[in-house]
Amino acid sequence: MRFGVLQFPGSCDDRDALEACSRIGEARLVWHEDRDLEGIDVVVVPGGFSYGDYLRAGAIARFAPAMEAVARHAEAGGAVLGICNGFQVLCESGLLPGALLTNESLLFVCRQVDLVVENADTAFTRECRAGDRLSIPVKHQSGRYFAPDSELDALEERGGVVLRYAPGHNPNGSVRDIAGVVNERGNVVGLMPHPEHAVDTLTGSEDGLRLFESAAAFAAGREPTALSA
Amino acid sequence: MKAKVLIRPKDGILDPQGKAVERALPALGFEGVSHVRVGRLVELETDDPDALADLCEKLLANPLIEDYEIELNGGARG
Repeated sequence: MRFGVLQFPGSCDDRDALEACSRIGEARLVWHEDRDLEGIDVVVVPGGFSYGDYLRAGAIARFAPAMEAVARHAEAGGAVLGICNGFQVLCESGLLPGALLTNESLLFVCRQVDLVVENADTAFTRECRAGDRLSIPVKHQSGRYFAPDSELDALEERGGVVLRYAPGHNPNGSVRDIAGVVNERGNVVGLMPHPEHAVDTLTGSEDGLRLFESAAAFAAGREPTALSA
Repeated sequence: MKAKVLIRPKDGILDPQGKAVERALPALGFEGVSHVRVGRLVELETDDPDALADLCEKLLANPLIEDYEIELNGGARG
């Protein structure tokens, strides 16, 4: 099982994501100018401040050469996880619906929150059950999930909401307490909380590991894709 | 050709930045100011003004959450 963790100028959670993935399988970093994802089963777009987050968070990173390869990987059915800034990048690139706005409080929030698994039939939640609670930290200033009501209704209808903040735990004013969403096919997931910071009880929780274990189980059921440019 | 692009949060989208500015004003003695919205202005020079709308849709603005207006050489457009 091979994980690839993207690395943009300004990424800061790439090393923790690499560490988390390494607990489940092989893992390597993929530089943002690299178009080659050959042999990689699961792609992680990590948190941070890609390209300084100028203009809007994730707006510039979506044009990175590596993102072309990620789009092809997703198109071929490969698993892609966007965490925090990575979630913003996936929304900006159109791989996931919606957008992330500045927190309602305007404050940077950094704390442990409880999440409820809403859809356990995705590439990153199949090792969970619907209704499970996961304790995972958030740390962001632009994490308020937004989509127009009509899109939200359609999203909920098709099981597009993967994770919701538990009652009282919404840290940013996200609509309908949405913490993470999935594409229609179930292979591309984005979330604001950081599962890669919750892989060891030493730091409070290892609930985040279940997302990476899920991805490994998902990828084990597929043939590896050859995806050079 | 010089152009300006004005980008604003769409109507109905909560703009906490505008709210924070609005709340700060009375403390400075400015009363009666409401509906503050904070956007951004991008100035640029272009050889192909016809491509500006496309450029706005793809990069300068996120059409899901923002509206934009293009102003060419002082004259409004689009």
